[in-house]
Amino acid sequence: MSRLIAVFTAVLASLAFAGLAVAQEPLRVDVTRGNLDPLPIALPDFVGSSDEAAARGADITRVVTNDLASSGLFAPVDQAAYIEDIENIDLRPRFSDWRVIDASALLVGSVTIQDDGRLVVAFRLWDTRLEEQLLGLQYRTAPENWRRVAHRVADEVYERLTGEEGYFNTRIVYVSEGRGSDGEPLRQLAWMDQDGANPSFLTDRSYMALLPNYSPNSQEITYVSFLDGQATTYLYDLETGRQEALFSSAMRQAGLNPDGQSLSARFSPDGERLAVSIQGRSGHDVHLFDLRTRNLTQLTQHPADDVEPSFAPDGQRIVFSSSRGGGSQLYTMNTNGTDVQRITFGDGIYTTPVWSPRGDLIAFTKQNGGTFSLGVVRADGSGIERILFEGYFVDTPAWSPNGRVLLFTRGEPRSDGTRYEIWSIDLAGFNLRRLATGGMASDPAWSPLIE
Amino acid sequence: MKIKLLAIAALGAFATACASTPPAEDTTPVEPPRSVEPADTGSNQPAGPVPGTTEHFVQTAGDRVFFDLDRNDLSAEGRETLRRQAAWLASYPDARILIAGNCDERGTREYNLALGARRANAARAYLVSQGVDPSRISTTSYGKERPSCTQSGERCWAINRNATTSIVGSSYTN
Repeated sequence: MSRLIAVFTAVLASLAFAGLAVAQEPLRVDVTRGNLDPLPIALPDFVGSSDEAAARGADITRVVTNDLASSGLFAPVDQAAYIEDIENIDLRPRFSDWRVIDASALLVGSVTIQDDGRLVVAFRLWDTRLEEQLLGLQYRTAPENWRRVAHRVADEVYERLTGEEGYFNTRIVYVSEGRGSDGEPLRQLAWMDQDGANPSFLTDRSYMALLPNYSPNSQEITYVSFLDGQATTYLYDLETGRQEALFSSAMRQAGLNPDGQSLSARFSPDGERLAVSIQGRSGHDVHLFDLRTRNLTQLTQHPADDVEPSFAPDGQRIVFSSSRGGGSQLYTMNTNGTDVQRITFGDGIYTTPVWSPRGDLIAFTKQNGGTFSLGVVRADGSGIERILFEGYFVDTPAWSPNGRVLLFTRGEPRSDGTRYEIWSIDLAGFNLRRLATGGMASDPAWSPLIE
Repeated sequence: MKIKLLAIAALGAFATACASTPPAEDTTPVEPPRSVEPADTGSNQPAGPVPGTTEHFVQTAGDRVFFDLDRNDLSAEGRETLRRQAAWLASYPDARILIAGNCDERGTREYNLALGARRANAARAYLVSQGVDPSRISTTSYGKERPSCTQSGERCWAINRNATTSIVGSSYTN
């Protein structure tokens, strides 16, 4: 696997132009309701000192435009409407030309190709009404990292205008689903950029791979592999492609059947431990695995199945689903298994709890009759649950690193069986979009922001 | 390792036809022949499956027991099938079996992996209660990942909620 970490040098460009002091509200996008009133932003192609640089500039603008539009919080203004032709990004734009086409924000940029082949990408973000520069940055990078730079630019614009961290410079690992020539089910791990670019497989067709989760440093994933004929938790190094079954010896030491199931393992926020459900003599229980000492500690003992553990971002609590109350519901507990609290009480089957990176909410799937829902509930169980999406089938929610967007598996009935795709929706329940995977896909895992 | 993603796009639709009514699907008769005399079966039906093989097991005992929605308790019919499986296994003491628990697609993925394991264990426990040596039995769960019927609808889902026994490694099979 090629290294993902782009080599950036970010330099705060000199704030060459003082803003005019006008008594007006600064440009701001409210992430909780921005979708009702997306911010019009003009994105002329980044200029280049040569044809090659100009072509790359247009590529970068295309990626940035797509990123911002995909958030639902920004409405890129059609380039055909632009009046001013931006030639030099170090000159003040003619703001009236941009105001007249209703562009509240203007992003201009340039691409320079250095003698050593490296790209220098500089950009300025303007508030066209206050006639004020909001951002001025430049990155220097290897030419093959131009997409990373484009996503970085989009993240900077998103952060400056919303006050929230961006999520565009990220990768998504997921399960690519299909059928082999003999009709056998294919479940392969694949990964790609958040916008669908650079897709490739991580596992081959010879065994099923399910339920990936990212490590906090985004260098590793856990997933459930059928390489050994039984659902088994594996750790997969994304840099080297090396993978290992994690618990077999620890399960033997802990007196568990080493051939029993081990399921989806999620990392603690410090990356040092995993929470995982392992099959015991009577049902599945949540265990903690220390990645350094390789010790397995059993946290739950209930004869009912306790599955799908997920850490709180402060590392102090774990949420899991359990059938201990009859139907499956969601519970939280301390990381030593004490102080178990039930947090859902509605009708139906509650599964797939995932703690938000912001800490306040837990996303879940609810199955009630023939309807599946994607919802969120407060982590302390107070208040009422909020349903973001309802449909034929929902599974495996995954939070964006900033906790504002959820990816999830969505199934729709077709004549030849259910079709599974990955969709995204924001926390306000707006901006439902299909993720650009090649074919059928499920089980999204969203990487942290790539530095 | 780095195969282009385009390769899978072409595989999209692959329909597998489903058989008529739920448990009475393709190779799995609900009311299989009651005879559990392997020698008789072999000599009287020379065209039938070779005694001791999985095919013979399927025809003689029945390889699948079915479950209700979100349940892992055995039905009377399921126990009857498992008693025939135990009788067959008594006749072929070298045979070892794998019980795979399966679920319909109307549940989330990890939940179904666990539910399938409970179904396999329920079948295993009953076989052990009928005198089958536990060391001859291994179990797994495919959750909802290996449905024998791939269409959507209760007819298919009922078929896919099962524990399926197969013969693995005996002197009669390879």
